[in-house]
Amino acid sequence: MDKKKSNSNVVKFNRWGYIFLIPFFVTYIIFSLIPLFSTIYNSFFENYRSGLKQIGPNFVGINNYINLLSSPEIWKYLVNTLIMWVGGFIPQITIALLLAYWFSDPSLRLKGQRFFKTVIYMPNLIMASAFSMLFFALFSDSGPVNQILLSIGVIKEPFKFFQYVIASRVLVMLMNFLMWFGNTTILLMAGMLGIDSSLYEAAQVDGATASQVFFKITMPILRPIFTYVLITSLIGGLQMFDVPQILTNGRGNPTDSLTTVIMLLNRYLTSKDVGRGGALSVFLFVVTGILSLVVFRMNSSKDKD
Amino acid sequence: MENQAAAKTHGLPIGARRTIAYIVLVFFSFLCLIWFYILLINSTRSHSEMTLGFTIVPSTHLLDNWSSLINGTIPIARGFANSLTVSICTSVLCVYFSAMTAYAINTYRFKGREAIAAFILAIMMIPGQVTALGFLQLINRMKLDDSLIPLIIPAIASPVTYFYLKQYMESNLPLSLVEAARIDGSGEFRTFNTIIIPLIKPAISVQMIFSFVGSWNNYFTPALILHTDTKKTLPVMIAQLRGADWLRFDMGQIYIMIAASIFPVIVIYLILSKYIVGGVSAGAVKG
Repeated sequence: MDKKKSNSNVVKFNRWGYIFLIPFFVTYIIFSLIPLFSTIYNSFFENYRSGLKQIGPNFVGINNYINLLSSPEIWKYLVNTLIMWVGGFIPQITIALLLAYWFSDPSLRLKGQRFFKTVIYMPNLIMASAFSMLFFALFSDSGPVNQILLSIGVIKEPFKFFQYVIASRVLVMLMNFLMWFGNTTILLMAGMLGIDSSLYEAAQVDGATASQVFFKITMPILRPIFTYVLITSLIGGLQMFDVPQILTNGRGNPTDSLTTVIMLLNRYLTSKDVGRGGALSVFLFVVTGILSLVVFRMNSSKDKD
Repeated sequence: MENQAAAKTHGLPIGARRTIAYIVLVFFSFLCLIWFYILLINSTRSHSEMTLGFTIVPSTHLLDNWSSLINGTIPIARGFANSLTVSICTSVLCVYFSAMTAYAINTYRFKGREAIAAFILAIMMIPGQVTALGFLQLINRMKLDDSLIPLIIPAIASPVTYFYLKQYMESNLPLSLVEAARIDGSGEFRTFNTIIIPLIKPAISVQMIFSFVGSWNNYFTPALILHTDTKKTLPVMIAQLRGADWLRFDMGQIYIMIAASIFPVIVIYLILSKYIVGGVSAGAVKG
């Protein structure tokens, strides 16, 4: 009798779990789940404005998807996005690995670690739109970078950064690199500090060099975190928007080479092209969904430890 | 290049390796800071001074630039107030309700708990952009277009913040404490508000900063929702600056506006950097 009572008491308390979840789920359903379903629904309709005339909504089946995926536009913008992501990510992961390794190497005993970590993480918190505006001002034809290069005689006349595809893309990569390498360093370092120090001691006793230790011990153990960083960065990279949008004033110039997928989505959204915007959203949803499944698997297996 | 440096450490004496490490660190710190240094210098110089070339010493026109920005055509003071309103409300709602969600999953053993926890984990990485279309339609139907409310309320459901707080609770919140509070007759809500929240304060403050900064910097959604000049947040105003006729602008005004949007966050960061840098890795990586 007593046992039964205490059992029902626990059950009674446990019901509070549902009550505490109400705010999250009500908000999530209203502001994310319903919009997701209406986005999917809209992707099957032709619905846009042509001049003053409203076309649709007419049901067109998967025509929006066919049009989207068969137009060269989307692939070009996907390639643009990936190029700028890769160009930022490779130096980012390389430098982050190196710095994290140095920071966590007890034999180096680097001083001023807190200062360096503080400095390299800082760009991550900077407003991307302001940072991008700042770069636009700094690298403009009469901006400080050109002034400095002119005054030390590297160039004879102002270099027009924003007229060259490579120069503009490199600037975006540089900004992405600066904003994210500190974050990656700290993530990798947390992983490295978790490595059992007896492994290093054993390696030292066996006479392993620093690079042998790095490639034979540190890297294999770091692999899960490495994959986590890679995929979260790729998901983040696919969302690239603020920097190229503001740097090019939404046009993606020169020659549309800076336009990212989300910039295309933004164009559809601002011009109220609901059908095509919907199809693009669903496409992005599927791609990021597949990528996040990998992260999800990693996180949930970590949960069970 | 740095890879070669790493390879070269093969057998190098510790002193040489340390020197290389310091040189590389100083180089990248410089690369992080130089832009903000130029920004700071140019915010203190007048438009005509800037056309003459760059100097490494600041000038005296900081206040002139500031007052011409404040009295200019962009309602920057309103932008500041709007950004501040959205960011503060967002961070409070986000952290309080994420803590509540994390507490529910962490403390109670109800039916479907595992499935719900897995669901939140699964939706964590899905970006807001992919639902933006439906979101905008919903906002229009709710007559909340051109308002700050749709930028604030959705923060109640923040899977990432929930995840960090749940991780923190798992290792720092003894369930016996909840039991003790129950025996003392404390209601579940009261236990959460007066015992749990103060206990997880360190995690809460870190997450509040992240949420604040994220909201302060957010550009995609506000740009789609806010149309009236006096309702816009700072990132939207900055983007507008880019769209305006560039050459006619007073560059002093542009630099001071960028500085005004960036430096509040930098100051907060420098004061709290110890906790922030620690918080970056706390939730994401476990062992």
